[in-house]
Amino acid sequence: MFKYLKQLTSLVAMVAVLFTFTTESMAAKKSKTLKNTQKKGFVRCGVSQGLPGFSNADAAGNWTGVDVDVCRAVAAAVLGDANKVKFTPLSAKERFTALTSGEIDILSRNTTWTLSRDADIGLTFVGVNFYDGQGFMVRKSSGITSTSQFKNGISACTNIGTTTELNMRDFFNSRGISYEPVAFEKADEVVAAYDAGRCDTYTTDKSGLAAQRTKMKNPDEHIVLPETISKEPLGPVVRQGDSVWEDIVRWSLNTMIEAEEYGITSANADSMKTSDNPQIKRLVGAEGEMGAAFGLDNEWNLRIIKQVGNYGESYKRNIADTGILPDRGPNELWTKGGILYVPPSR
Amino acid sequence: MNFKLKDIGPQLMTVIAVVLVFGFFTYNAQVNMENRGIDFGYGFLSQESSFDVQFSLIEYDGSHSYFRAYLVGLLNTILVSVIGIILATILGVLVGIARLSPNYLINKFAAFYVEFFRNIPLLLQIFFWYFAALRALPLPQDAEAMFGISFLTIKGLFVPAFIWENFNIFFYSVVAAIIAIVVIRIQAKKIQETQGKQTPVLLISIGLILILPLLSFLIGGVRLSFEVPVLKQLATTSFIYEGGVSLPPELIALALSLSLYTATFIAECVRAGIQGVGKGQKEAAASIGLTPNQVLKLVVMPQALRIIIPPTTNQYLNLTKNSSLAAAIAYPDLVLVFAGTALMQTGKAIEIVSITMFTYLSLSISISLLMNWYNNKIAITEK
Repeated sequence: MFKYLKQLTSLVAMVAVLFTFTTESMAAKKSKTLKNTQKKGFVRCGVSQGLPGFSNADAAGNWTGVDVDVCRAVAAAVLGDANKVKFTPLSAKERFTALTSGEIDILSRNTTWTLSRDADIGLTFVGVNFYDGQGFMVRKSSGITSTSQFKNGISACTNIGTTTELNMRDFFNSRGISYEPVAFEKADEVVAAYDAGRCDTYTTDKSGLAAQRTKMKNPDEHIVLPETISKEPLGPVVRQGDSVWEDIVRWSLNTMIEAEEYGITSANADSMKTSDNPQIKRLVGAEGEMGAAFGLDNEWNLRIIKQVGNYGESYKRNIADTGILPDRGPNELWTKGGILYVPPSR
Repeated sequence: MNFKLKDIGPQLMTVIAVVLVFGFFTYNAQVNMENRGIDFGYGFLSQESSFDVQFSLIEYDGSHSYFRAYLVGLLNTILVSVIGIILATILGVLVGIARLSPNYLINKFAAFYVEFFRNIPLLLQIFFWYFAALRALPLPQDAEAMFGISFLTIKGLFVPAFIWENFNIFFYSVVAAIIAIVVIRIQAKKIQETQGKQTPVLLISIGLILILPLLSFLIGGVRLSFEVPVLKQLATTSFIYEGGVSLPPELIALALSLSLYTATFIAECVRAGIQGVGKGQKEAAASIGLTPNQVLKLVVMPQALRIIIPPTTNQYLNLTKNSSLAAAIAYPDLVLVFAGTALMQTGKAIEIVSITMFTYLSLSISISLLMNWYNNKIAITEK
């Protein structure tokens, strides 16, 4: 009897081991991207060629910005270290090809979520990390204070290959204004040409205008007009066809936003483990099995909050404190009058 | 015909290898695109493009198709290439001859120009001319009128537009003049060959090309008037010229930098060509009583051109391909409009890049064929 019992327990143990092994690697097996990332030891992330506040490299080559923080969050969740990211600066033209061809695994590059991009080109948008809209910048001395003062023959500098070009056409066409579009491949040339006086106005996303204004010869000579002519929800993008990886990126972003909602910061995250609120405990890996479905351990979300911080910290560090857009506007939590609202982690 | 395996074997193997490699690439691309959910197809060309282009030779706006946008880009590429080739040829020939000048100053100045411009990367020169021009040129409201009717400003060159009446009569008169000149040239050559008489072809040609169009004005009812650009205020400090024709500064800067750069290479071709004709040839020609003009026209140039044309063809091809750097300074050429904006709006990378590559290939081959035809025509026929 005793002999059998011993055999039985070892059998149960074996089955248990086998079972846990299969459940744990199920997600990892399904996700080629996750497996490759863990094997390589770094997350491959596509960013802009330099947009202060979103993705910008300093002289030492350290990348900062809210877009950069999304990739860092994924690295913290998947690899345990927010610094294990390889950033690839991409032009607007290269970005989707780089992602679909597998050169990068996340595109976090102030990219507008639109139907045709989501549906057409083999991409999946996972969420919104910045609500933006297209605006116009003009010289203060021009006396223009509203887009209603635009007249026939106005020349507008912008970048090629963005939704900007399409919105601009819609805007001027609907008002019956003839305009001269001057479209450059890189943002630096747009700024230089506008600054030199080639164009009467510079149009792109308002966050971009605010960030580029800091690069002008004399930022105080320029103003951003109050009108917003389009919806530009910017967010990270992944390749179609790897739903586990898609979920990891989506919930890494959601974790940052929800952490802010519940007041969890990089400083107090560890102490929140003993909170009375089960929702907070789930967000710091102290309750539930929130990582298993992704093939991750249970503290993946705690690492994001500890190493990268919540969304509010990221915004303050990158956009508010750098003087780009001190006012959060729509990018405030829904509980505070903004439109940031994410599904619950449970 | 008696093929031996030994003879055709290597060729056959090469063909099979090429087919296999291309087949592999196509298959690989297909599999990968299918895996990533990208469809392949050229159907997008007929869809509405919904983006505008700054400068176009044909009527175009965002309500036209992507194919029309492709044509706009192609024509802009051809336009800047043609302007560039013409300017580069004129400048190149002048500088090439100047380098052979016995005048120390002219000679050294030409040498300095060549060494300076051919040794700086073209992209830098394009940026230099564009941004230097933008910094140096006046705003529209500060511009001084050139000849009272043209304005060179930061927003471009504004020149009067021609307003024609009965333009077709004028056009036919020019065509008639050209046909007449060609006929007279052929006749003159015949007379020269059969009777040894020289006809003053150049004088007759100039006369015809002036008189016939002039007659169309006097008796053909052709009228020409000008629409001069007028300054218009857009806002307190922003102005623009209305009416007339405007050339964007991007086109001017690109054509200027392309021709300044390529002219240096053409100058060297010209110098090599002229120096390649033996001194004895000129002396022999002079000794049989030819005038210096005839020496140049009948003895030196025919031989020099044989040396000049083939390398100059290369320079024309280079100029055309280099015009794709336009994207850096917002000149809407094929690369910017089609391989740029259209590619990004549609995401059809393989289709658009393949069309663009094929287009440049066709352009280059056309130029090459044209130049080869010209080269064969002027080649000295061995008897």
